[in-house]
Amino acid sequence: MKLAVMGAGAVGASVLDLAAEYGHEVVAIADSSSAAVDSHGLNPEAVTDRKAETGTVGDHDPADALAADYDVLVEATPTTLGDAEPGYSHVVEAFERDCHVVLANKGPVAERYADVRAAEEASDGDLLFEATVAGAIPALSTVADLGPTHVTAVRGVLNGTANFVLSRMAAEGLDYEHVLAEAQDLGVAEADPSFDVEGTDAALKCVILANVLYDREYTLADASVEGIANLSGSVLELAAEDGRTVRLIGEVQDGEIRVGPRLVPENGTLAVTGTRNIVQLDTAFAGRLNISGRGAGGPETASAVLADVGRLAKR
Amino acid sequence: MSEAVQAYTVRLELVDEPGELLRALEPISENGGNLLSVLHERGNLTPRGRIPIEVDLEATPERFDAIVESLRDAGVNVVQAGAERYSEELVVILSGHLVETDLSETLTHIQGSGEVSVTDVSLSAPGGTGDVSSARLRLATESGGIDGVLDAIDDLAEEKGLRVITPLTEGEA
Ligand SMILES: NC(=O)c1ccc[n+]([C@@H]2O[C@H](COP(=O)([O-])OP(=O)(O)OC[C@H]3O[C@@H](n4cnc5c(N)ncnc54)[C@H](OP(=O)(O)O)[C@@H]3O)[C@@H](O)[C@H]2O)c1
Repeated sequence: MKLAVMGAGAVGASVLDLAAEYGHEVVAIADSSSAAVDSHGLNPEAVTDRKAETGTVGDHDPADALAADYDVLVEATPTTLGDAEPGYSHVVEAFERDCHVVLANKGPVAERYADVRAAEEASDGDLLFEATVAGAIPALSTVADLGPTHVTAVRGVLNGTANFVLSRMAAEGLDYEHVLAEAQDLGVAEADPSFDVEGTDAALKCVILANVLYDREYTLADASVEGIANLSGSVLELAAEDGRTVRLIGEVQDGEIRVGPRLVPENGTLAVTGTRNIVQLDTAFAGRLNISGRGAGGPETASAVLADVGRLAKR
Repeated sequence: MSEAVQAYTVRLELVDEPGELLRALEPISENGGNLLSVLHERGNLTPRGRIPIEVDLEATPERFDAIVESLRDAGVNVVQAGAERYSEELVVILSGHLVETDLSETLTHIQGSGEVSVTDVSLSAPGGTGDVSSARLRLATESGGIDGVLDAIDDLAEEKGLRVITPLTEGEA
């Protein structure tokens, strides 16, 4: 498949890098101010080097990448709330050209699911977005295989940054501020960690799951969200005395979405440590499934993107 | 102004040690209760390794309250007091300015929110009682009562600006 990649950050650059490995070629890539386009396929190294040196990926305008000749648009620009732009417009434009769309960007399917599905409906192109929920973990394709109506509940640890903070606090008896600063030094937490520690990122993933599971549109506004910011170390201490620990758990069940710090058994399935994620699915006929693994990272997320591209290639 | 004497069942959990039963029964007579029967289920342990005891007694409602209170003061684990059977247990952690927002009033409010009994409280206040502190509450509710109790605790916590960390019940298997 020929791919156009919108966004040349951690995810976009990794898609560019790994596409050939999966038998596909990237014919265009854009960042916020430039684009590289080559109908014979871009040289990943040349693009990455230029981005590192000059901050741009090529001499084209970002709009030229959207207008290039591709089969699949990979959307990997920043996730935004509300109108989900610029991602949303990129999706609509690709569908108008009857191309497929694969999302890493959560915004369009978390905030404008009905609009995105309507654009897909009017197009010959199809939409997949495995990478938007828990990075490398095949959560959405498992739901699709089981059949959304056979999945009675989904819960899990869906944010690696928050999980790193909670598991370090519990293991080392350190306070929130200290562990957060450490996470920032390690590059696990961003300079502005609010999306992760306030629970927004986990909530967006739950909203996306709810959109897939239920026959109505959910947005962030439908989720009850509590984060872990400034959680007192004494909470983890009291939990540990009782054989439990605290995890930021996202839950989708009975049409409701809830994200918040919860008590879980210290050695239980959901008490994954570090930046690990876990998705737990309750099913009507197959019992409970647990899938854990890396929920973020450039190559990890790109592997989910390219798995979607592979699925589209088989259609 | 004396109130009518009623029959009550109290369910206790005792640690398996000599003298424990006697220690548990003393507060009953001391507070004017009339012991009717004691069902000592030896060999039948609770999930926490305790011995369940069922005590039937007669007392006025006022005296009965005093009995339950002194049992708890004596460190006896009262799982069920009165006619309701507390069959579900849950643990929640509250965190915030617990002392400033009157922890004992918070506990009273929770106990008053339905058929629920606070069976154990552990407080952790690393920065002193003027700072943020946390409390782990063990609650016993009647069967099916957990959701209602959690809702009540959520409301109270919101009102007092406290954080509640509730157990994820479904995910525990
Ligand atoms: N990182 C992960 O592990 C992960 C996992 C799952 C999902 N995601 C999602 O994937 C998306 C990308 O994540 P990331 O980590 O790669 O983000 P990132 O490193 O911040 O990269 C974002 C890229 O988008 C570009 N961009 C911004 N506005 C644009 C526009 N109007 N047109 C074209 N490009 C534009 C940026 O350009 P400049 O380079 O010029 O700034 C940058 O290259 C996000 O939506 C994120 O939520 C990420």
